Amino acid sequence: MAEDTILELQNITKIFPGVKALDNVHFDLRRGEIHALMGENGAGKSTFIKVITGVHAAEEGKMILEGKEVHFKGPRDASDAGIAAVYQHPTSYPELSVAENIFIGHEKMKHGLIQWKVMNDEAAELLGRLDADFGPTEEMGALSVAQQQMVEIAKALSTNAKIVILDEPTASLTQNESQKLYRIVRQLRDHGVSVIFISHRFEDMYELASRVTVLRDSQYIGTYDVDKISNADLIKAMVGREISDMYPKPEVKIGDELLRIEGMSRTGFFKDVSLDVHEGEIVGMTGLVGAGRTETMESVCGITKPDEGKVFLQGKELHIHRPADAMKEGIILLPEDRQKQGLILSWGLNRNVTLPIQEELASHGFNDNKKENELSKKYLEEVDTKAVTIFEQASSLSGGNQQKVVVAKALAQSNMKVIIMDEPTKGVDVGAKAEIYGIMGELAKKGYGIIMISSEMPEILGMCDRIYVMCNGRVTGCLDRGEATQEGILTLSMENSAKHEHAETEAHS
Amino acid sequence: MNSKTQKKSIWKTIGKSREASLVLVLIVLCVVVTIMNPTFMSIKNIGEIFRNNSLTMIMALGMLCVLLTGGIDISITSTLAFAGMTIGLLQKYDILHNTFLLFVIAMAIGIGCGVLNGIIISRGKVTPIICTMGFMYIWRGLAYVISNSSWASGADVAGYSDFGQSAGPYVILVVVYVIFFIMMKWTKFGRKIYAVGSNAEAARISGINVNNTLTAVYGIMGLLAGLAGALSVSVYASAQPNMQYGKEMDVIAACVIGGVSMSGGRGSVVGTFIGALIMAIIAKALPLIGIDSIAQNTIKGVIILVVVILNVVTQRMMDKQNLERRAM
Repeated sequence: MAEDTILELQNITKIFPGVKALDNVHFDLRRGEIHALMGENGAGKSTFIKVITGVHAAEEGKMILEGKEVHFKGPRDASDAGIAAVYQHPTSYPELSVAENIFIGHEKMKHGLIQWKVMNDEAAELLGRLDADFGPTEEMGALSVAQQQMVEIAKALSTNAKIVILDEPTASLTQNESQKLYRIVRQLRDHGVSVIFISHRFEDMYELASRVTVLRDSQYIGTYDVDKISNADLIKAMVGREISDMYPKPEVKIGDELLRIEGMSRTGFFKDVSLDVHEGEIVGMTGLVGAGRTETMESVCGITKPDEGKVFLQGKELHIHRPADAMKEGIILLPEDRQKQGLILSWGLNRNVTLPIQEELASHGFNDNKKENELSKKYLEEVDTKAVTIFEQASSLSGGNQQKVVVAKALAQSNMKVIIMDEPTKGVDVGAKAEIYGIMGELAKKGYGIIMISSEMPEILGMCDRIYVMCNGRVTGCLDRGEATQEGILTLSMENSAKHEHAETEAHS
Repeated sequence: MNSKTQKKSIWKTIGKSREASLVLVLIVLCVVVTIMNPTFMSIKNIGEIFRNNSLTMIMALGMLCVLLTGGIDISITSTLAFAGMTIGLLQKYDILHNTFLLFVIAMAIGIGCGVLNGIIISRGKVTPIICTMGFMYIWRGLAYVISNSSWASGADVAGYSDFGQSAGPYVILVVVYVIFFIMMKWTKFGRKIYAVGSNAEAARISGINVNNTLTAVYGIMGLLAGLAGALSVSVYASAQPNMQYGKEMDVIAACVIGGVSMSGGRGSVVGTFIGALIMAIIAKALPLIGIDSIAQNTIKGVIILVVVILNVVTQRMMDKQNLERRAM
């Protein structure tokens, strides 16, 4: 072990019921180092972080902090040991003030009373160090995501953390805000704090990290010096295979236009979005988180109300007010959050599949259980769902299989024409991912128009005929399969925001 | 694919179904009371239990639906009083004496009150407990206003109260329970209620009109409260503005004992029936076994807590069994 190593994890294995989430993972962090942790979604990064922060206990392996082996029983132990985590979605208390959020759990007390003045002063000092543009008494809920993140970092500083973990810190930040975050992180490093950060953005890694550790399929792939590994090698380490293996994109003759959206806007979410999908076509929608992709599609499907814009299906204008209207016309959204929006977890698979077609199935208001079971069985088999019976609770399935049930739900509706899949492979392991891509290909062959919203570059490049890129609520480009490259997409999903902010700062000055 | 383990024991069977554990509680309760006072098990006594508690038992069905959607309705006994007082006054002032029509009027008033709740809760996004609290005061207050704080006495409702002493309440009770059992188990409306209560967001995205479902559920609750109002006037042969005051908690308690989840999505008609029956037996049995009336509420509270804790334990066992199956 090198002298300057502050944290080392050896042979970490973490098992969840039915899944090995981490398999023999190594990691070492040096004092005052910024270390990137990269890998595809589902590679095990978040689980690994949770082992470090004491949220999960690993089944096997050793964790050595400053030369001593440690066993964290909970997040409290980790934070007492000087490890602080800043999560992608700030876990704050929106009704409390900034200072209260910073000192939550370790309030400044004297004789059992909270010392407001001391707390506010110290919070102001911490915020000053971070160059924050807001005060300690402001209400947390009124801050932007970037500002809330800053509060989280201040919170980490207030505990005198030696190790700060940032989980996708730039995912929902604009270019300007990201730059500011980079400055803060470098400042932390210069003060001797060690930083681990998870990111999907190569840009972050090149800006900040000196070393990068790659995880793939729950396994440790390697640790590399950032300036010694080429981008191509790094991607290969992350993905582990030639991209074409993974994505069985069938050659499908693109048919007539199915869905067309014209000039759709919703204040604060997206502006002037136009796009179209044809029969047999798989269209990707990508961009950074918060670019407005999901919000746009939710408006198309009547889940939220757009301020303006028109939706056409096969040339006919539609007026969609609620999800049921969209489904009647043949447009369905398979939501990103399967557990919250896609499925009723406490229900059997059969009931979940037939939920949207209950009206058709029921005769005189009575459910036809026999038909329900037959239909759900048929569609669940069509997408090859792995379950004991169709009566099994949806909660008992793995993420990939839950996604298949959601797809079966769409297939059960005989009039479906356009299927919009929001992050269909999020949280799904690699094997099931390939199966889901296979299903998408099959659906395209059958003439469905498919829109896939995804932040994962490989699946967008591997599966889509055309790719729309969104940035800050606008469509910044539409690339054909042939011309699309990772760099091209990245540029489109970011350049706009940079330009915008430039324009804004110029306008201000 | 895995096969289930086939080991079975009495505890496992009980652990598998909450209703089974409730029946056990019910039997223990009956046996204990009968040992202490053998008159408890007489036909007459049991008949009394059902007649006097038909109101709670009927309203518990509506409350089941409301709780299934994750809501609550504490305005029901006020609705009951308002509807009951209205038909009491109609008789007092000799405007109407037709029993059937009086029932219809009371139920219509109930539906009106309930739908109002439903619209404000679903469209207005007002928290159910707040909305129904408002109407709890409004309908109770109106019951006093329209009656000018006076009663409709036994003489006023003379012919009408015969129904309450006939087999009528039993018939209504059975019919309502059969309808609800079928509705919750086999109809698409019942399925919608469970869907909305289990995951309103997923239900909405699956094309279910959540607002309409909620409105219907509170409408049904109101209908049953109105029906209970009509029954109350008939069974107790009088209408007073303060009738069944505070009894909404008994109704909610019946559901909770019956295993209905306060956070929605979980609960059954059978469970509700047993829950209401346990409540009824507690109320009837405590005086019979010589427990002082001032101590009765305390005992009632203790029994409610014990049963609910038993419910939680059963639920944990069921969840654990599910998890074990998953882990295999």
